[in-house]
Amino acid sequence: MAAISREDVAHLAALARITMNEAELDHLAKEMAVILDAVARVQEVSGEDVPPTSHPIPVNNVYRDDVVLPSLTPSEALSGAPAQEDGRFKVPQILGEE
Amino acid sequence: MSVINLAAHEMAAKLNDGSLTSVELTNAHYDQIAQVDEAVHAFLYLDKEGALEQAAAIDAKRAQGESLAPFAGVPLALKDVLTQKGIPTTCGSKMLEGWRPPYDATVVTRLKEAGIVILGKTNMDEFAMGSSTENSAYGPTHNPWDLDRIPGGSGGGSAASLAAFEAPLAIGTDTGGSIRQPAAVTGTVGVKPTYGGVSRYGLVAFSSSLDQAGPCARTVLDAAMLHEVIAGHDPKDSTSINAPVPQVVKAAKKLDVKGMKIGVVKELQGDGFQRGVLDRFHDGLDALIAAGAEIVEVSCPTFDYALAAYYLIAPSECSSNLARFDSMRYGIRIGDDGNRGAEEVMNLTRHEGFGPEVKRRIILGTYALSSGYYDAYYGSAQKVRTLVMRDFNAAFEKADVLVSPSAPTTAFKIGEQVDDPLAMYLNDIATIPVNMAGIGGMSLPCGLATEDGLPVGFQIMSPAMKDDLMYQVGGTLEAALLSKWGAPILSQAPELAGSK
Repeated sequence: MAAISREDVAHLAALARITMNEAELDHLAKEMAVILDAVARVQEVSGEDVPPTSHPIPVNNVYRDDVVLPSLTPSEALSGAPAQEDGRFKVPQILGEE
Repeated sequence: MSVINLAAHEMAAKLNDGSLTSVELTNAHYDQIAQVDEAVHAFLYLDKEGALEQAAAIDAKRAQGESLAPFAGVPLALKDVLTQKGIPTTCGSKMLEGWRPPYDATVVTRLKEAGIVILGKTNMDEFAMGSSTENSAYGPTHNPWDLDRIPGGSGGGSAASLAAFEAPLAIGTDTGGSIRQPAAVTGTVGVKPTYGGVSRYGLVAFSSSLDQAGPCARTVLDAAMLHEVIAGHDPKDSTSINAPVPQVVKAAKKLDVKGMKIGVVKELQGDGFQRGVLDRFHDGLDALIAAGAEIVEVSCPTFDYALAAYYLIAPSECSSNLARFDSMRYGIRIGDDGNRGAEEVMNLTRHEGFGPEVKRRIILGTYALSSGYYDAYYGSAQKVRTLVMRDFNAAFEKADVLVSPSAPTTAFKIGEQVDDPLAMYLNDIATIPVNMAGIGGMSLPCGLATEDGLPVGFQIMSPAMKDDLMYQVGGTLEAALLSKWGAPILSQAPELAGSK
């Protein structure tokens, strides 16, 4: 059984920016152990000689000519914002007060 | 038989010969939706006003003798993971409740240009994560064959809308089987095109190296015609393939497989596959043999590892993609009381906005990508991806297309697997290898399982950018089975209140 503690899940949830209550952490720690056990079998065939594939088709950077194309207006871009002010996204405080 | 029971191309013929208007056709579908969707719950949003306006515009153009695209005036149901300007797009999540996107997905732009009438947005597992549509924050969709059963997922709403005759065409997206498995369990046709064949611009990303939009319909020809509407290079998607679209409509009409080699994948049958599913799959093989195809067995041993690799790759990419839901630019915001900082608000919003399966996958992906575990999990999964592609390449040396059942079982009961994520993941065992390799895959109905009377899906897989081959085989198989059955499979579905 993969060792994954409640504290490990709490750390992952903090990294992923998701608040989790005690019950969620307990439940997820148990589930994660079972799921990780099942998916760990990828290690049985992943030898040194096998190159990894990140993408099904070759991906190259795509360039285009530097011409102005129609794009969203500021009001369209802001239309889904939870809060806005003076044509900008309004967000909660990011830096400390001091 | 009502006009809503016709295939989309038959509806188009009636529009063209003047015996039907798009407004009449669109209204007929809204009538059906009004009758049955309370029970089926395929739709999350209906844009009746917009759709009828568009239908009237098409009728006016047709009356003036304008030359129109083949499906102009035919209605369609759109999966709620694609943006449509001004129309609520939730991805089945509370996170995006009330969001109205300011732009159209390229798929939507092409549908509109083709004069296709978009009826509304269909239900789905939250952010396309699931195999039953039970993970929608807005309640499950019910399978029209048996309302106590799941319609598959994540695109259960799109598939159910077809099976319930609420729409003749639909759009789905397929990351690990979300078009094909719902098609299989609802007795409809669903196609995942070659990766890069259809633009992902405006498709809310789940796992970017796997996601692909595709056509859903009740016949192979309808799917092919819709495929040609939405496919083709798009400069707005850097992974879009800049090459001619395979001629899938022509292929779907060939009705000939003489001399074609059809590879049966040994690893995608047997243990875990329901008896009735295998029986109907073999009926499909017999029909193809009778039509002149040669059946060969192929072995793809690393497919046994594809599911495990998928449940590392997809969650890893999702943990990164879903970081965009930060409560700052769109979607809901929770706990912004003027005292809390941005990070705390973000944490609270993501707690409230995401459902259990999405959280499970974000945490799993965060784990698989974290230092110390990256090589063992994500890195190993990427190596399995290489091995799966090698198996496909070797198999396509021996066969033109590969086939298998689309899903291991028929539709299960709502609630049956909801507490067992691993059991739920197994539903995608036959569909996932296709996404890993970025090739094409189709599911079409091959009969009803004897033990439960529910539809079984037959999967056809074709090499990358040879999507025409799966349509050729699918069209031939469909015609052979139709002549054996005497009527389309959906004519055997139980009557829903108000339908038929």
